[in-house]
Amino acid sequence: MKLRLVLPLAVFALLVAFLYKGLMLNPSEVPSPLIDKPAPDFSLPRLHDPITAISNKDMAGKVWMLNVWASWCVSCRQEHPLLVDLSRRGIVPIYGLNYKDTREEAIDWLQRLGNPYLASAFDADGRVGLDYGVYGVPETYVIDAHGVIRYKQIGPINVDALQNRILPLIRQLQGQA
Amino acid sequence: MRARAAAAWLLIALIGAWVAPPPAAIAGEAVSLLDPALETRIKHLEEELRCLVCQGQSIAESDSGFAHDIRAEIVSMMRAGKSDREIIDFLVQRYGDFILFRPPVKSTTALLWAGPLILLAVGVVLMAVMILRQRRAPRPELSAEEVRRAESLLGVEEAKDKGGS
Repeated sequence: MKLRLVLPLAVFALLVAFLYKGLMLNPSEVPSPLIDKPAPDFSLPRLHDPITAISNKDMAGKVWMLNVWASWCVSCRQEHPLLVDLSRRGIVPIYGLNYKDTREEAIDWLQRLGNPYLASAFDADGRVGLDYGVYGVPETYVIDAHGVIRYKQIGPINVDALQNRILPLIRQLQGQA
Repeated sequence: MRARAAAAWLLIALIGAWVAPPPAAIAGEAVSLLDPALETRIKHLEEELRCLVCQGQSIAESDSGFAHDIRAEIVSMMRAGKSDREIIDFLVQRYGDFILFRPPVKSTTALLWAGPLILLAVGVVLMAVMILRQRRAPRPELSAEEVRRAESLLGVEEAKDKGGS
């Protein structure tokens, strides 16, 4: 009856494998249901120019990145140099969604740390953020030429995510467009 | 005398106003301005929804900014006459099934729902097999020597003797 000896060990090994995998997962990362769905429509005043509106439709036909940020958000500071660098390299247009912020503080923040955004939409009450399923700032969306969300980064962008996921995806999407 | 009484009353009124919170302060949250039936509906719905920022808590329990936003959204949608189903669909569309404490049964969650039942069934079958096997096992045959030893250990011999005399 070898099975009697091997079976509990096998079950235990399987359990360990699952628990080990579980350790590597980040429970605060909730998969977005918006992936591969059209980006929700918005039309908001621009941060720097309240009279002019900015809409997701303005970016139709382009592969673009939407970065949700706020001056009160500590992790935004962490990812900010990467965004500034990315915008300097001119690989992809980056738009900002300034989430639940005040205009003065947001503008001041960009002045001090650099502005990687072609423009930022000013979402004072977070209504557009709600439509995008934002629950933890920063969040970043990669949206393709057809206006479909292809990727969502929850929390700050890091070098690993940028090099291994975001940039390859953007190149691939730009190749298709 | 009259002036003194008036002053005393004024003092009492002032203290009273200071101690008792003004009604506006009690009704600080928008929710408590609604009628009780709507309020229980809101409460019930909030308990079904997970706060994504503080995942162990429901929207009703949480005091995070996220929970406040969702609560405000629920209130405004209910005021607009939306049903519970519509509000839940609205939120699931944006935040996914994870916002629900009780996930819907679909192909991705089938194992989650059926898992405990499957484990129970496996356990019952295993137990039944073990019990049946034990029952069917042949009783061990004893040799004459073993029977004698067993009887002497159990005191059967003595009992027989006593009964005989």
